[in-house]
Amino acid sequence: MGGQKKTAQLIDSNGLRVDGRRIDELRPIKLEVGVLDKADGSAYIEHGKNKILAAVYGPREAHPKHIALADRAVVRCRYHMAPFSTDERKSPAPSRRELELSKVIRESLEPSIMSEYFPRATIDIFIEVLQADAGTRCAGITSAALALADAGIPMKELVAGCAAGKIEGKVVLDLSDIEDKQGEADLPVALMARSNVVSLLQMDGSLTPDEFNQAFEMATDACRKIYEMQREALKTKYHIVRDVEEKNEIVEAKA
Amino acid sequence: MSATRQLSPVAKLEQKTVVDLILKGKRIDDRGANDYRPTTITLGIIDKASGSAQVHLGKTKVVAGVKVEKGTPFPDTPDDGILTVNSEFVPLASPTFESGPPDENSIELARVVDRGIRESKAIDLKKLCIESGKKVFMVFVDIYVLDHDGNLIDAAAMAALGALVNAKMHDFDVKNGELRLKDAIIPLPLQNYPVSITTTKIDSTTVIDPCLEEEQVMTCRLTVTTDKNDNICAMQKGGLGVFTPDEIKQIVSTSIGKARDIRAKILASVT
Repeated sequence: MGGQKKTAQLIDSNGLRVDGRRIDELRPIKLEVGVLDKADGSAYIEHGKNKILAAVYGPREAHPKHIALADRAVVRCRYHMAPFSTDERKSPAPSRRELELSKVIRESLEPSIMSEYFPRATIDIFIEVLQADAGTRCAGITSAALALADAGIPMKELVAGCAAGKIEGKVVLDLSDIEDKQGEADLPVALMARSNVVSLLQMDGSLTPDEFNQAFEMATDACRKIYEMQREALKTKYHIVRDVEEKNEIVEAKA
Repeated sequence: MSATRQLSPVAKLEQKTVVDLILKGKRIDDRGANDYRPTTITLGIIDKASGSAQVHLGKTKVVAGVKVEKGTPFPDTPDDGILTVNSEFVPLASPTFESGPPDENSIELARVVDRGIRESKAIDLKKLCIESGKKVFMVFVDIYVLDHDGNLIDAAAMAALGALVNAKMHDFDVKNGELRLKDAIIPLPLQNYPVSITTTKIDSTTVIDPCLEEEQVMTCRLTVTTDKNDNICAMQKGGLGVFTPDEIKQIVSTSIGKARDIRAKILASVT
């Protein structure tokens, strides 16, 4: 974990955390679909103080051509943090951390993407972290899944991400920045909620097997909640679909 | 940018054979699902390094070297020595490795090994402080993949741990901020022994310690690193597939048991 010295009490005598949350409470999440004009699909997420934009271009012709695959689309992913997104300025050059996260994020979204429909094409996913507040990879996945859906890319289902962790010996949901830096463990998870399968799983820190099970349940439960929010966000953008749905309900109610 | 990798044509041809065998409960090299390949660890093979280890995991060969040098601590951890883990997928190890800056697989491997060592607090970094905020010892772990026959993460983690166990440094004391190296040679201040176990999912079956053929047809893999107290200190899922929650729990408990065996083996090789 961050290895930083403890400067604050992270859980108070009432069992509440620094930002007033209970141990199993998510930070406020705001989702918006279709926020960029030029991208084929885009989404914006605010998860706590995280502010992240995701954009999808494609399916489009593979460039350079030699990267194209004969039986499916190449999915490419870039996770990147803006220099002003952190306390200290971050060099804009991609760090080793960003390269690793680009890989695990791609591997968390790709199981859902039906890339076999688009041989020789690429599907490009861009995630830009404008402000970072712990849990950026999970929030990035949540928004990128929406951007993919917004781009009209056929997907098996949405992917939602959320982390659990451990602070002051207690398993807690959705670490904030200070909790991440001074906490004892971090467990980011991405879930495909309908089929209940995990497409991203990382861990660092120290957890007993029991604590792991507890944190894992907590994180997957939260992913299910976020999945519902993702559906709502898509319905808000594509309200015509909602209108049809509502009409159908009215028809059903009459019948 | 991180991109989908192409499967080699040979791997595609072999895919059916490997998967068919797995579905019959067999493996291409006649192992059981939870059998680790024969493993040998040789410590101290590079005299010039502070510590070194070579691991043979089946036909996979990995060397790790440790160098201890002086440097400046990070501002947010002024009293801690510095740990750096790097890996090189040298081109002689596999037809798919190319020279040049490390690719995402090499970076992922180094970062997963780093997390295991760092989060288990394998090295007592406080004991590597020379002068708070000014001077500390830096421990460089460099991992060299020499022959790639699958499961590089486990082999690399084992080699890294072996090299750390093997590493020596001069005993030292500090007077008025001046570092004085003594003649006595001491081991690195180790206090934990993290071991990684990687399991792959092929079709709907999970097998431990994949060889290259299995790795090429896997849907995904999960690496679980545990410490000497059987606590989990690092995990990493990789590949384009998905795990069910039950599979994950199963893999975690199998990995803890396997890690105990490997840890005993590494510690036995010291004496």
